[in-house]
Amino acid sequence: MAVQERTWIGKSVNRREDPRILAGRGTFVDDIKLPGMLHAAVLRSPHAHARIRSIDTSAARKIPGVVAVLTGPEALQYVSPMPAFCAEPVVQHAIATERVRFVGEAVAAVAAMSRYAAEDACQQIQVEYDVLPALSNPFDSMQPDAPKLHETLDNNVVFQRTLRFGDVDGDFARAARIVKRKLRWHRMGAQPIETAGVVASFDPFVESMSVWSNTNMYNYIPWVFAQLLKVSTNRLKMQPCLVGGSFGSKHLITKCFAIAGALTKATGRPVKFIEDRVDNLAANDNVGPDRFYDAELAVAEDGTFLGLRLEIVDDYGAYFQFAQGQHGNALSQPTGPYRISSLEYGVKCVLTNKVQQGFFRGAGADPGNFALERLVDAAADEMGMDGAELRRKNFIRPEQFPYKTPAGNVYDSGNYARVLDRALAEGDLARWRQEQQRLRAEGRYIGIGLASCQERSTYSATEWWFWYDKPPFPLTSTPESVKLSIDAFGGFLATVGCPFWGNSPGTVVSQVVAEEFGINPSDVAIDYADSQSGALSAGPGGSRLTVMLSGAARGASRRVKDKMFRIAAHLLEADATDLELREGKVQVKGAPTRALGIGDIALKAHLFKLDIPQAEESGLAATFTYDHPYATKPSDDRKDLGAFYPIVSHACHVPVVEVDPLTGLVTVLAYLAVSDCGTVMNPKLLEGQVVGGIAQGIGAAFLEEYVYDEHAQLATSTFMDYLLPTSHDVPQVRVLHEETPSPFTEYGVKGGGEGGRMVAPIALASAVEDALRPFGVRINELPMTPERIVNWIEAAGQVR
Amino acid sequence: MQLVIRVTVNGTPHEALVEPRRLLADFLREDLGLTGTHLGCEHGVCGACTVLLDGESVRSCLLFAIQANGRSVMTVEGLAAADGSLHPIQTAFWEEHGLQCGFCTPGFLMTTYELLQANGAPTEHEIRAAISGNLCRCTGYQNIVRAVQSAAQRMGAAVGTPVASA
Repeated sequence: MAVQERTWIGKSVNRREDPRILAGRGTFVDDIKLPGMLHAAVLRSPHAHARIRSIDTSAARKIPGVVAVLTGPEALQYVSPMPAFCAEPVVQHAIATERVRFVGEAVAAVAAMSRYAAEDACQQIQVEYDVLPALSNPFDSMQPDAPKLHETLDNNVVFQRTLRFGDVDGDFARAARIVKRKLRWHRMGAQPIETAGVVASFDPFVESMSVWSNTNMYNYIPWVFAQLLKVSTNRLKMQPCLVGGSFGSKHLITKCFAIAGALTKATGRPVKFIEDRVDNLAANDNVGPDRFYDAELAVAEDGTFLGLRLEIVDDYGAYFQFAQGQHGNALSQPTGPYRISSLEYGVKCVLTNKVQQGFFRGAGADPGNFALERLVDAAADEMGMDGAELRRKNFIRPEQFPYKTPAGNVYDSGNYARVLDRALAEGDLARWRQEQQRLRAEGRYIGIGLASCQERSTYSATEWWFWYDKPPFPLTSTPESVKLSIDAFGGFLATVGCPFWGNSPGTVVSQVVAEEFGINPSDVAIDYADSQSGALSAGPGGSRLTVMLSGAARGASRRVKDKMFRIAAHLLEADATDLELREGKVQVKGAPTRALGIGDIALKAHLFKLDIPQAEESGLAATFTYDHPYATKPSDDRKDLGAFYPIVSHACHVPVVEVDPLTGLVTVLAYLAVSDCGTVMNPKLLEGQVVGGIAQGIGAAFLEEYVYDEHAQLATSTFMDYLLPTSHDVPQVRVLHEETPSPFTEYGVKGGGEGGRMVAPIALASAVEDALRPFGVRINELPMTPERIVNWIEAAGQVR
Repeated sequence: MQLVIRVTVNGTPHEALVEPRRLLADFLREDLGLTGTHLGCEHGVCGACTVLLDGESVRSCLLFAIQANGRSVMTVEGLAAADGSLHPIQTAFWEEHGLQCGFCTPGFLMTTYELLQANGAPTEHEIRAAISGNLCRCTGYQNIVRAVQSAAQRMGAAVGTPVASA
């Protein structure tokens, strides 16, 4: 593909979002202050499983400054149960009604004049519990005599299904070797530094509600929030705030909405509820997959991959609000960058007494990458082949795109061998192998990892429901809109429907508008539309936003530009097709003296109706809604899931680690990441996403885990126990880019928001396994905590 | 019970009546309206709430407002000039893409300010040590390290120590 000359696309433009944040003048949800506003706090269950016998709130109500105390049943006067994507009858309330099912589940909520008074009041609420046996392990939950978590279900396996694609049995029968691993991916969470929060203000006279929050989907599924808050859809105004990170955890935050919403209705005053860190760790929908894999890869004699079998038990916790969406997501790329013609994917979603799963960067495809790449490393090991060459042999070839995977998803484009070659060439592997030999003689163990993984991007909504034959809500739209207006004085304003979640929507849109109009990105002002502005936006998530916003911004730009040209043609007495835009002016091609400035045309468009073509409306603005560029529905028999995540990036990571076998401590010595995210919109920002994702991947590899004890008591309810990577844990990462443009998107952009985290833990597992090769240790579990590493070395029993 | 405190914040003297248990962070954010200081964990780990108390970095979520009585506090709002022009540290964070969501950023800016007051040309190791008490979930720290290096140069520090290749 010919490289096009572009002015702003592909440039490391500084972020438009930053100055006010740097100055401490950005407005995050906790910065909202309304007249008469009350502050909420929540009392949470200390038990993993218990029946609530009684709640006495009388002492709490007497605390000075307390305005309202609500129990679960009382809150139901004002708000509905949690909206759910599942078809199964699993009901969850923001505040528990009869029974608590995990440590940290809300039992009562208080609104008071200050957060201090609200927390004082929580301490005065007397709750009597009948403690019930707690399930901390999905295999215990599956026992026939296990206590049932929900009376509405037959048992604790809330969902199970096996999908088969291609000739699985035939491929496994003809395989020369079947590589098997049992794998474990523990629950980890998003942990944005800002917790979730909502400020809600109910007006009882017109029954309207205004809400400020750090959620995402207010311009995607606003009716879900309206139903939850029991207000009509046209009387709910949800306003965006700056969001202090999400990584998938803040898509809905419906518990926070319900708590603030119930309290504002109960008091008639605005109420702010901001989770504290313990609220967030224990009870937010912050949690990623919690999986046990039985994984098998069928391989031919020459190393050709034939078929893949994945049997998965997934510990969903106590509720099922987001259904099996994380497995829908994983089915976009279970066979990775490889030609594997058959797939069996079986899943059991099991309930336990833990907080439910939500979404976290990777969204279920992250452990999928882990499972596949552990099998590939195992195959290389067992067959005595070089891991890189085994991968190369099985890669989908450039001429095979668009490539339909066995489950039905389509990969748009790619050149995986080129990415691998670049990683091998730049990774300095020969030197590291020498260093490895030299250090082993000294009793030191370094390892070189390699992982070649997909990063599916730009989801279609079918991933939420195709597991069901009769889905509860089979939506198919994932729109993204941008409104571009040029005011009467030539000022550009772009309005996006998505929130700022830590990514760079304003920068992306201003780069596109600047590209299309030949202006500077800093000339474009950015605004964020509330839920009553008519904007359509599924927002950030699934690495879609840069793809979708660049499509929407380009569409809106072209609509505005077309109108501008029609008006200019009229004024210049020329044909619109003879005009061109140069240096802020519309001019007749080859006759720069016959030109009009953008501001001149805009003024005419706004205020001089009689000077513009009769058919034109006054004004110079357009909205463009960019729909998913390539999505198809699943077949009724689910033998083909359709194209639902087709804009597919790819990366190869090569980390070098040193493992101290005595302490189990791992140090990352070097890290190289080669990504192919299609056309790079802004290299500096993409690098930021990749490196930040790798940092989270280092957490996933070595530190991060929700630990529940055998009574399902949460042992990691603070940042002193749930460890996040610090500046000492994350090395300098070198990021390189290949660019295989997508044929389906504007400019050829692909998503890049999740790849770092979707590859790094997998590459680091490979590196640690390589370091510990002399001990015969196989890495089948993440995170690789020091304790686990020491135990694995001991269990392997091979002393070098 | 409430006590009178006198605290100078970003050069402006304040006199206020506060409960003894009122956290310095809440005093700054709610009583003075200086919402640039953020609360991330409220248990002293994340460092988002870092401010300078008589020039030394402290966790404003772990201090009571009354502990600042008679002392001087500097917050992120004290960095940029009144006309809105950014401090060189802020400019460096902007240029080096040292923030994504920006929620932890005020804490990093104040920690960096303290570091560069004491050491005008810190090494990468010194920078990483200085910021190791601040958690960032977005950036992976790499660009924060670059930003601190760049800030040191912008602030006219002597170039005596090697800047790590980036």
